[in-house]
Amino acid sequence: MHREEIQTLVPAGRPRGRALRIGIGGPVGGGKTALVAALCRALADELSLAVVTNDIYTTEDADFLRRNGVLADERIRAVRTGCCPHTAIRDDITANLDEVEDLERLHDPDLVLVESGGDNLTATFSYGLIDKQIFVVDVAGGDKVPRKGGPGVTRSDLLVINKIDLAELVGADLDVMRGDASAQRGERPFVLISLRADGGVAPVVAWVRTSLDAHRA
Amino acid sequence: MATTLAVLLLADSRLPNGGHAHSGGVEMAVETGLLSTVDDLALFLRGRLRTAAPVLAAFSAAAALPIDDWPAWDRALSARTPSAALRTASRSQGAALLRTVAGMWPLPGGLLALGKPHQPLVLGAAARAAGGDAGDAALLAVHHLMGGACSAAVRLLGLDPLAVAAVQATLDVAQIARDAVVAAEIAVDAQDPSSLSAVSGPMTELLAAAHAHQEVTLFAS
Repeated sequence: MHREEIQTLVPAGRPRGRALRIGIGGPVGGGKTALVAALCRALADELSLAVVTNDIYTTEDADFLRRNGVLADERIRAVRTGCCPHTAIRDDITANLDEVEDLERLHDPDLVLVESGGDNLTATFSYGLIDKQIFVVDVAGGDKVPRKGGPGVTRSDLLVINKIDLAELVGADLDVMRGDASAQRGERPFVLISLRADGGVAPVVAWVRTSLDAHRA
Repeated sequence: MATTLAVLLLADSRLPNGGHAHSGGVEMAVETGLLSTVDDLALFLRGRLRTAAPVLAAFSAAAALPIDDWPAWDRALSARTPSAALRTASRSQGAALLRTVAGMWPLPGGLLALGKPHQPLVLGAAARAAGGDAGDAALLAVHHLMGGACSAAVRLLGLDPLAVAAVQATLDVAQIARDAVVAAEIAVDAQDPSSLSAVSGPMTELLAAAHAHQEVTLFAS
């Protein structure tokens, strides 16, 4: 027998802070980092924020956020995912939990954004890591993406279809995307936006505020 | 030895343990051109079996025996890990595994109090909590050392995973585990880790330090 006391079983799962944790996932190039930056700019005055990025190769996304000055350096953490971005947000969330909990302990934020590395249509977050998840796809990837479905398109808490300003240039039919997204998602919300347009992020900001109110209730 | 299903869980890479983001030194070996084929990988693994494996296996085995002073064993493992980058990697994987196993079985309070213990200590304590013995703990340590490197090599180089599995099957780890158990029993009887193996591979330590300073890496170590 161990000579020392054996600790009783600690509850699985995490010590809950008050922060709402939102995961942001989706394929490469859809605008995940741009969305994180836009949300930080829109909400920084009213909320305490923190961000964890999951880069595939580098600390590129974290560096982008730092360069753009959307958040203080110490509120941005980068996780490396060992060639497996979906593993780090779904199957083995331990590294992300470490960073999220560290940020919560240090800064007591209202909102933590966890940005996934760019992956495919099946890559979604475990709800052991986040409370709500946004899936970002873009018009330039083709207007068939919503019809293809997959867990990100069908089951995310908010589907963002970005770059609607490019629809005409790439021959994408927004009505088709709207119809398919609605058919795939039923009651779950989706928005069509252009993050490059002034105030383009507003519908997502509104959804974040609603989610935050519900989280605090 | 009657291996339990619970012990097999600890061998399964599907158990969330933080290991998937660590290459066990393979990424820098690939980056520097030292490792590019299945034969290279086999040599790399044999090198690790002669250096890191006896140390990690002995500490894992010791953690499956009655240890009193956990900080002393944790410090002793730090002392056997010259590269700061490898100490960080070991502690971050230890914390990840601890997070998972603390919800599965009751664990020694002294281990939990360490916060971010070295990975082999968590593995050994978890093996004991799962109904395993020091031999299981030693084998698990070697298994993860080999498995992490193999999985990273397949991902980074596109090596044939069947060929890599065949290499893994030829690795002779039983004697390493047996020796580790004997060494661990002597050290734990004395409640003193200083007699345990302190073998290390200078190249692995240097590559790990270089990895930590690379701008572009896929793995955390």
